[in-house]
Amino acid sequence: MPKQQTCTILSKVWLNQDTVYLSLLAGDMVRTTFRGPGQFLHIKCGDGLMLRRPISVSTCSTDGSEDQISVVFEIRGQGTAWLAERNKGESLDVLGLLGNGYPIAPESRCLLVGGGIGVPPLLGCAQYTQGRSSAILGFRSSDKGILQDRFRKSCASVQLATDDGSLGYHGFVDAVLQNTLERDDAYDAVLACGPRPMLKNVAAVSRQFGIPCWVSMEERMGCGVGACLVCACGMKDGRMAHVCKDGPVFNAQEVDWNA
Amino acid sequence: MPEQTVDLSVSLAGVALKNPVVVASGTFGFGREYSQFYDLSALGGICVKGLTLHPRAGNPPPRIAETPRGILNSVGLQNPGVEAFVAEELPFLRQYDVKVIANISGNTPEEYGIMCETLAAAGVDMIEVNISCPNVKAGGMAYGTKPELAAEVTETAKRHAGDVPVMVKLSPNVTDITEIARAVAGAGADALSLINTIRGMRIDVKTHRPVLHMNTGGLSGPAVLPVAVRMVWEVANAVDLPILGMGGVSCGEDAAQLMLAGASAVAVGTAIFADVYAPLHVRDQLRDLAAAQGLTAVSQFTGAVRAW
Repeated sequence: MPKQQTCTILSKVWLNQDTVYLSLLAGDMVRTTFRGPGQFLHIKCGDGLMLRRPISVSTCSTDGSEDQISVVFEIRGQGTAWLAERNKGESLDVLGLLGNGYPIAPESRCLLVGGGIGVPPLLGCAQYTQGRSSAILGFRSSDKGILQDRFRKSCASVQLATDDGSLGYHGFVDAVLQNTLERDDAYDAVLACGPRPMLKNVAAVSRQFGIPCWVSMEERMGCGVGACLVCACGMKDGRMAHVCKDGPVFNAQEVDWNA
Repeated sequence: MPEQTVDLSVSLAGVALKNPVVVASGTFGFGREYSQFYDLSALGGICVKGLTLHPRAGNPPPRIAETPRGILNSVGLQNPGVEAFVAEELPFLRQYDVKVIANISGNTPEEYGIMCETLAAAGVDMIEVNISCPNVKAGGMAYGTKPELAAEVTETAKRHAGDVPVMVKLSPNVTDITEIARAVAGAGADALSLINTIRGMRIDVKTHRPVLHMNTGGLSGPAVLPVAVRMVWEVANAVDLPILGMGGVSCGEDAAQLMLAGASAVAVGTAIFADVYAPLHVRDQLRDLAAAQGLTAVSQFTGAVRAW
């Protein structure tokens, strides 16, 4: 069961001009609430804002006396701007770990497909699968690229793509996914995180190769724990699932991509 | 000097609450999620997520938008239906020593009647009749804005609720809330709850699109507290019914304001999203405020405003 607690910022790194990496000291939060890579934290961003901000966990560890959790976020509005101004040693009010995470085993060989700020949570998947997985990372342009070196250390292979061709393949990650699976489709699952149109395309390519595909969805969120029902995600069977409690990770074939 | 003990218990239309802090409908689900954080018996009562006769999927997302000191929501009454509530959720809530207040919305007076019968038979402690949801097209707020319709729904609910007290939840989206309050009181309501959310809208200036998919939604949070205090005060002066006050409560002083204005108990809602423990903090702060003022019971706040 999740916890609401204070976490101290252990380190802070600007990954590019609007993306911040924070490492947090989290007590026993990981030991007690970890369900799989891909869960998220709901972080209070100052006293003036009524809503916490849901931010995916990038990596976590239980190696030290206190658990550590790293998150990476992009400045998108007031809340994330406030969070980006925090520094090492300051405390954050954190609710976590929330959501379900990707349903994979450490022995899984996965293909990780990330777009933009959807890339960081897949680093946790790469580490969890102990180097067996491969990654396809897409960015708008080379100056937006993040965490490539960390992925190279934790993956069997890493392919890059940019919308403008300034780094790696010139185009979208679903095209790289298609090429990759044509050469080798012996993966246990495709794990994806990124903008909704990207997820939809990745789901279609995975389906074509008959590979299970799990996607991490994003929606404007309220409580973060499944009580207020605002972060709705329409499913193919007509059900309204909720990103915070039933997700954020969903079976791509169950999501109503036309909703 | 021995520490002053303050009696926290209050009565709401004959329903004994161990403390005056209730959680507001729609912000607390059916309690399951928050039972992971604390014992639900610590609360005075739980107004459960709004129920309808049949299950509802609710509105398309986005369903929430942040605003200055508030939020807009347009969930659209997503819920599993009254029968699923009775079968699957009520037994869970009954494990706790907390009053269960079932919130209901109908498309017709008959639907309210059927739901009241089902819920009274199931043994809820109170029924909160929502005549004021701003987020559904049929029924909902229409009942809350016309005195004769509000009275008709109240009468029907009372006729089918047996011994279970009926509390009618009023909409702030009216010119004169006392007009509706009088109509509902005249139709036999046992208590009133107010305020529901205030209709609002936020537009994304980059895309020129409203943030909410339904374009408009209901405003809650600290921004609405002064409106809630004013309306509770007006209604308390207009009718002789106990009031569950709500709207923007996030600390003990906010709760005390609503009680001074005339509320017997208060509901905490939006504040829970920022702090899951908010209802417990409100309860403790209210107790401390009463003690600091030399009161022996928090109920002494009720209606004690010294209006100019």
